[in-house]
Amino acid sequence: MRGQSSTAATDAVAALDPISPDRERRQRAARRRNVLSALLFLSPWIVGFAVFTAWPLIYSAYLSLTDYDVINDPAFVGFENYAHLFEDPKIALALTNTLLFTAVQVPLYVVVSLVLALLINQAGRGSGFFRTMFFLPKMTPPVAVGILFLLLFNGQNGLINTVLGWFGLAGPSWTTDPAWVKPGLVLMSLWTVGASVIILLAALQNVPMELYESARLDGAGFWRQSFSVTLPMISPAIFFVVVVNTIAGLQTFDEAYTAFFGAGNTTYSNDAALFYVIYLFQQAFQFLHMGYASAMAWVLFVVIMAVTAVQLIVSRRLVYYEGEAPR
Amino acid sequence: MSRVLPHGGPDHDCEREPFPSGPLPTIEQRQDAQDAEAGRARTRAARATTGRRVRRAVIVACLIALTVVFAYPFVWLVSASFKPRGEVFDNRLIPKTFTLENYVEVWQQAPLGLWLLNTLIVTVLAAVTVTFSSAMVAWGFAYYRFRGRGVLFGLVLASMMLPGAVTMIPTFLIWNGLGFVGTLVPMWAQNLFASAFYVFLLRQFMLTLPRDLFDAARVDGATQWGVFWRIALPLTKPALAVTLVFEVQAVWTDLMRALIYLRDSSTFTIPRGLKSLVDAFGFGGERHWEVIVTASVIATIPMIIVFFLAQRQIIQGVSTSGLKG
Repeated sequence: MRGQSSTAATDAVAALDPISPDRERRQRAARRRNVLSALLFLSPWIVGFAVFTAWPLIYSAYLSLTDYDVINDPAFVGFENYAHLFEDPKIALALTNTLLFTAVQVPLYVVVSLVLALLINQAGRGSGFFRTMFFLPKMTPPVAVGILFLLLFNGQNGLINTVLGWFGLAGPSWTTDPAWVKPGLVLMSLWTVGASVIILLAALQNVPMELYESARLDGAGFWRQSFSVTLPMISPAIFFVVVVNTIAGLQTFDEAYTAFFGAGNTTYSNDAALFYVIYLFQQAFQFLHMGYASAMAWVLFVVIMAVTAVQLIVSRRLVYYEGEAPR
Repeated sequence: MSRVLPHGGPDHDCEREPFPSGPLPTIEQRQDAQDAEAGRARTRAARATTGRRVRRAVIVACLIALTVVFAYPFVWLVSASFKPRGEVFDNRLIPKTFTLENYVEVWQQAPLGLWLLNTLIVTVLAAVTVTFSSAMVAWGFAYYRFRGRGVLFGLVLASMMLPGAVTMIPTFLIWNGLGFVGTLVPMWAQNLFASAFYVFLLRQFMLTLPRDLFDAARVDGATQWGVFWRIALPLTKPALAVTLVFEVQAVWTDLMRALIYLRDSSTFTIPRGLKSLVDAFGFGGERHWEVIVTASVIATIPMIIVFFLAQRQIIQGVSTSGLKG
């Protein structure tokens, strides 16, 4: 961030003149005008923050202590909602589903995007083309991704099982067998790794060539270079991808909701795809249990904060930031 | 992962390591190496270039294979949209019977034109308002110095981390209280108040602009607003384009908000409409998958067009979003 250099400069200029009270008054007025214009420029965010962030935070904390169905006034119930969370088997189910999904999906996602980025980085002139091709799926609306999941992973005649059949493998019923729903959704989510690929690729391209050259002069081979130069240098980007995808994974909604929930879609068991935010959405907007759903939201918030905090602590040991003294 | 990068550059003891250059790793004695250095350098160089060429060919082959895998769902979808109902799942690349009937049918089954129009309205309003308001706020943080700026900007960054689920319910209650639930307003109006991520992105860009330029304009008598509107904003165009395109993509594909706020089919956006088609014609309904497939194609194609028009901005925006990490 650029510091206070300019105000310091004007102060210095002012110091050259003998300070007259008139001048000082004028300066103070100018500074006040500056603050006023700054506030004017910031006003959209200040209003937005107050109305759509600060107040909702406070109000949802209050709502989580009430019974509220939108029609009647909120009735204060203390911590009953939170107590009820522990007894609700669907909460346990949704939490388990979500944590399992995230725990499997994020590492896979990172590995796949890293492999793709490394390959593209080596592709020379074709790299722009490949980058485009891998990013394109990310432009697909998540609803369409959910639909593609139903179609491609269809147990009887979906493409995935047809291809598995070529190798003599009988694919599972991805969309109906509870044991295979989450693995299928994880696989489908790998289709949209494009953004992570681009982030990692940008990081790879930022690694100074000199580092590789001196590593080579020191006799480091491909693997040595990868582990001693590439990985440490791109570790901040990897960490970013991990954190962002974990937060997104814990809030998974669109694809699973499209494929397994909604009007008319109650014909088969979809407990395996009941992710936390889906259940939260149902509680809030289908059953109108706004108080209970608010408590759920706060629990999710705490879970996300806790997971992110753990990742931050672990990253201290693993992530290399340039310009930082080696520990 | 270990941090093996001392600041003076790497100088590990690697002499014991064989040097695996090219396909034939040879363990060289040090004296030997010194003797034959000159003569060997040439053959090694030749071997290295062929080696490198082979390696690159293998990599490109891998990438082409992976590209096919990644592109196939699209191809499958488009191809299926031209197949009659009975053949949707036949997994043929080229439809056995080519038909445009699905496109006619989907238009009759659903108010697709209206949905597209709704999505277009919401997308344009959302993208334009968020770009403008975020640019204003970013300028406030980038140009002005005032007490408490650091704290306020810290709040911007913090609100970026806040999961949407926490504010979702009170936000709904606000729009409900104002009587806007069921209309398109909640789909975009929050963008009037800037968005933390874009404020961050635009501010980063504005900080790279030469400050002297703005001070000079002030001296020349430009108003505060004039400096922003006529000098800063035109210079920020590349970052504004990134913001615009990002928001277009986000709003066009947004399902959750549409599920919360839109009630009547005539107000649906494309993702919400698509979801209603899945409910009506999918597993829970009549199993007219050809309708769903065709609607999916129609929903996706505008995003593909946007991508090819604004590829540079998108890639740039995604790359910079990672650099803050």
